[in-house]
Amino acid sequence: MGPYLLRRLLIALPSVLGISIVLFTVLALAPGDPFAEMALNPNVPPEVQANLRKQFGLDDPIWQRYFRWLLAMLHGDWGFSFISRVDVDKLILSRVPVTLAVIGASQVLALMIALPVGIYSAARPYSWFDRIASTLAFVGFSLPTFFTGLLLILLFSIKLDWLPFVYRADLAATGWDWWVQQIKQSIMPIAVLGLFQAAGWTRYVRSATLDVIRLDYVTTARSKGLRERAVILKHVVRNAMIPVVTLVALTMPQIFGGAVVTEQIFRVPGIGSLLIDAIQRNDTPVVMAVTFVLACLVIAFNLLADVLYGWLDPRISYR
Amino acid sequence: MAGSIPASATVEPVAVAAAARPRRSVSPWAEAWRRFKRHRLAVVGLVLLLVMIAMVALGPMIWRVQINEIDFSARLNTPSARHPFGTDDLGQDILARLLYGGRISLAVGLAAMLMAMVVGVAIGAIAGISRGAVDAALMWLTDLFLSLPQLPLLLVLIYLFRDGLKGAFGPEVGVFILVVLVIGGFGWMSVARLVRAQFFSLREKEFVEAARALGASVPRQVVRHILPNSLGPVIVAGTINVAAAIIAESTLSFLGLGFPPDIPTWGRILFDAKEYLDIAPHWALFPGTAIFLTVLCINFVGDGLRDALDPRRVL
Repeated sequence: MGPYLLRRLLIALPSVLGISIVLFTVLALAPGDPFAEMALNPNVPPEVQANLRKQFGLDDPIWQRYFRWLLAMLHGDWGFSFISRVDVDKLILSRVPVTLAVIGASQVLALMIALPVGIYSAARPYSWFDRIASTLAFVGFSLPTFFTGLLLILLFSIKLDWLPFVYRADLAATGWDWWVQQIKQSIMPIAVLGLFQAAGWTRYVRSATLDVIRLDYVTTARSKGLRERAVILKHVVRNAMIPVVTLVALTMPQIFGGAVVTEQIFRVPGIGSLLIDAIQRNDTPVVMAVTFVLACLVIAFNLLADVLYGWLDPRISYR
Repeated sequence: MAGSIPASATVEPVAVAAAARPRRSVSPWAEAWRRFKRHRLAVVGLVLLLVMIAMVALGPMIWRVQINEIDFSARLNTPSARHPFGTDDLGQDILARLLYGGRISLAVGLAAMLMAMVVGVAIGAIAGISRGAVDAALMWLTDLFLSLPQLPLLLVLIYLFRDGLKGAFGPEVGVFILVVLVIGGFGWMSVARLVRAQFFSLREKEFVEAARALGASVPRQVVRHILPNSLGPVIVAGTINVAAAIIAESTLSFLGLGFPPDIPTWGRILFDAKEYLDIAPHWALFPGTAIFLTVLCINFVGDGLRDALDPRRVL
């Protein structure tokens, strides 16, 4: 297991580097320049501009700038946000926990829906339950998250006035009351993300379970006289979950995309809304760092999936 | 047995006996159409989709209200005979804007799908036919693209290149090209993997070996023999890709980073409408429903095609 993990880490490293190169090249190729605005300012003489450009190394060849940037990133110097007037790493660190909490909770919700519904559907294919669940799943993943979000706000905030539609990081309440308010304001963002994921995964869990349920060892288990419940839970589900784990990890990029949208709708102060704000205010260091952090998170989850995969399926050898 | 369970539960479990009856020989496309018709929801989806395409293509010629006709006396009106879908905060007719925006949303979906298909088939085919280092390198690239956080990168690319392309091609065409390139550039990976997998199995089949024995060159083997036989899953993936591209475009516009305000794509109308959700919910409901219905129909058609184009499946 140890050498395998190490090898996977060594494979993940070039991916991180590849992504950083892609990101840096895109930003370097893009038109626009941090000093473009200053060039239009008549109060800054051209010599000062040239000096500043030299000081920040803007006229160096691109690969030199890339390595300088990479070294700075590795040292923990992620730059300074000129808009928010704080260091970028502090800004991001303050936003990541909210995003991870919302994403984590919505994934748990999605699995809590997708696993039982998918398995039950597969155990009774073409029953009424299966048909209704499959149709609903189809509808669910055809509903874009931004529209579901607006629909939920319309229903629960505007018509019924049950839930607040703006997420607030600075709740005034304390103790028990704080928890109530926190849960109330988290319900809709989590539901939007979770239901969308649940719809896609339900279909996948169903087909993965259907693939396993027809195998001979399941028939053997049944003919031994085991109860159906034991056959499904102990024999079928274990093997059916192997591809599901991979899918859950592989849909992570998509989930981060969904988180950007949800955070924007409900004004959740997470890393996604930070990205949108930074883009709208031309805050390039923040844009760069957020995209890089998101990419690293995705790679980390892929790594986790590989490890889980090996742990779930002993047939895979750690070579 | 394995083949008799269709992938989708929404399909009618029809009598398998029909397959056992001796049939006249039919062309593969007629056979596919016969199978497609069995999937009732797919047929409904196809009809609805065609109706919607006809509406956005011909609608603006029939419903002759200008999309930018500002009328402050009719702000935020609810649906009425004069404005069947109501008006927005500037008194512009939402039906006219929806019909116009639908053209762009659907065009973006189709164009981005075409781009993803071309890139995906090319990369998948090259990787599939030329094993070894080329295959490994191309698959590494595919995996790299798959592990990129797409939406954030889409946003960054649009943010960086929007002004340049706007200057070069004008606001409408410039943003259109950019959006299509960016969405298509992130949609090809699944197609490439699919085509590669198909190539791996087809390459070793007897009919390709026969072609090889007859002296067919590699390009001819690919174009005449392998590619046509791997088309089924590619078509299904293409259908799903259209839906994904429409959602991606709407998401960009919804975040305020897609088309400019004077080009009312469905996502853009939603973006403008979301601040008025409490006083004018109709403004958001119509474009949202349009996106939802289009995507749902496309997904059903894709599901039907999946069942129809898999010749191993008995239906």
